[in-house]
Amino acid sequence: MIKKTVSRRIFEFLNTLFLVFLMIVAVYPVIHIIMASFSDPVKFMAHTGLMFRPAGDPTLLAYQNALKHPQIMGAYGNTLFIVVVGVAINIVLTSIGAYFLSRKEVLFQRPIAVLIIVTMFFSGGMIPFYFTVKDLGLYNSIWSLILPVSVNTFNLMVMKTGFSSIPDIIEESARLDGAGHFTILFKFVLPLSLPIVAVMVLYYGVAHWNSWFNALLFINKPEKYPLQLVLRQILLANETSSMTMGVDAGAELAVSETIKYAVIVISTMPILCVYPFLQKYFVKGIMVGAVKG
Amino acid sequence: MFTKQRIASDMKRNWSLYLMVLPVLAFYIIFCYKPMYGAIIAFKDFSPGKGIWGSRWVGLEHFRTFFCGRDFIRILTNTLRISIANIIFGFPAPIILALLINEVTSKKFAKSVQTVTYLPHFISLVVVCGMIKEFVSDTGFITEFLAHFGMEKQNMLNEPDFFTPIYVISGIWQEVGWGSIIYLAALAGVDQQLYEAAQIDGAGRFRQTISITIPSIMPTIITMFILRLGSLMSVGYEKIILLYNPLSSEKAEIISSYVYNVGLVKAQYGFSTAVGLFNSVINCVLVFAANAASRKLNDTSLW
Repeated sequence: MIKKTVSRRIFEFLNTLFLVFLMIVAVYPVIHIIMASFSDPVKFMAHTGLMFRPAGDPTLLAYQNALKHPQIMGAYGNTLFIVVVGVAINIVLTSIGAYFLSRKEVLFQRPIAVLIIVTMFFSGGMIPFYFTVKDLGLYNSIWSLILPVSVNTFNLMVMKTGFSSIPDIIEESARLDGAGHFTILFKFVLPLSLPIVAVMVLYYGVAHWNSWFNALLFINKPEKYPLQLVLRQILLANETSSMTMGVDAGAELAVSETIKYAVIVISTMPILCVYPFLQKYFVKGIMVGAVKG
Repeated sequence: MFTKQRIASDMKRNWSLYLMVLPVLAFYIIFCYKPMYGAIIAFKDFSPGKGIWGSRWVGLEHFRTFFCGRDFIRILTNTLRISIANIIFGFPAPIILALLINEVTSKKFAKSVQTVTYLPHFISLVVVCGMIKEFVSDTGFITEFLAHFGMEKQNMLNEPDFFTPIYVISGIWQEVGWGSIIYLAALAGVDQQLYEAAQIDGAGRFRQTISITIPSIMPTIITMFILRLGSLMSVGYEKIILLYNPLSSEKAEIISSYVYNVGLVKAQYGFSTAVGLFNSVINCVLVFAANAASRKLNDTSLW
């Protein structure tokens, strides 16, 4: 190994310093929010600058009030339903589509592939999409948040690339044993592609959990709102009044501030908790997708 | 190619496969192609009661209104300003991060930098925008920090000129780590023998980066750049809709948020579909043009 020069050492030191700074910048907002959510509301209002511990004595006041919100628990339930049912549909349809596209011996494979890929580059636009969903009678139905997004073409391509790497011999021998396409897909191909299925579950799951815009388009009954839409009302439209009832008028403004932070924590916790464990799968998905298929 | 006989024998052999893929086809036809067909209301005086065919044809009327109206120049400039700022600052950021991570000698430290910087990618847009709103409000910590440098203490989201920087910087914060993955993958694939050869020739680390590392990941950079140029006119409208307010909309309204506002909030369906269609066509042309240019210049293309 060649000995490190002085300038190299200086560079490495500065580089490390900069990357540490970047890590702090990346997580600081999250720390700020967690600390704010446990803060004493009145002390929090008076607090300025960065926060590395709750202002005043740590309190659960914000969480108690946040749970008083009439919609949060219901919205949590709606979102869970959307995630579970949505992901199930996503996985079944995406794997069927990917399996079809990875067949080579099929006559209509190419036309259908073109039909699918075109949608990555051109769409009818927001308004015709809105009317399409509405005409199907899905307006104000939770299915409007599931069915119109049941296949993501990018994910489909990633999965197709994954399937293409399975040796043909496995399918051929299954075929010789008399297995149909359904059996081949669900008994042989999918079990051999578990890492890629895990990636798909995560991608689709996070997308469903975080999605809000389709709900803004298609849902106008508050009891059917998914979590993100309720969050939007609380965080961006300042509707915290239903949660601050019973809090005395002077503290109301202060409490409504910390409630916002508590709500963010409640809604983001599930993702932040599973994130460290699943991180390597997310990355794997990008890698597979990066290999041009 | 598609003779009667071949179709017949193919159907006989693969009918179960076609049956299986039917739901997927149904999805694409219903939720992708039906809206494309529905886009003809861009040429009609559409009202939902009359339906697509019951509505009167107006030809290019909506397009004329849009191009001659006073909103056109404003939202086109806004779209381009935000998008170009996003490319200039947002595109190199993950490449630089990947190069810096690549220079780290401790594997463990590199791994932690990656884990931590990927994190913001998974936070929902609603929460990110909620955080932005709090942090740049008149009492937010970012506002307070900038106030030390002489900025007036104010709600920064109400100031139209701050909108683009807020949009771009928060975008970099959220996506820089995630965006670096693809470059790190490319960096991992660089042939190590090249570095050894360069060392023997007496090239320093900086020289190696310029002469080996960057050329090696150039195809990846170009591919990503094509994709980015192709989406020049499609700025993420969800974030715009979450962040803007009547005070900042002068500089924040972009084409797709305009489609939402005029179409669904103000119910001018035909007109806003025309605006959306204009945007879709431009996007499509841009992707193909960028791809063709890259094929010509670098032999690198998406397809």
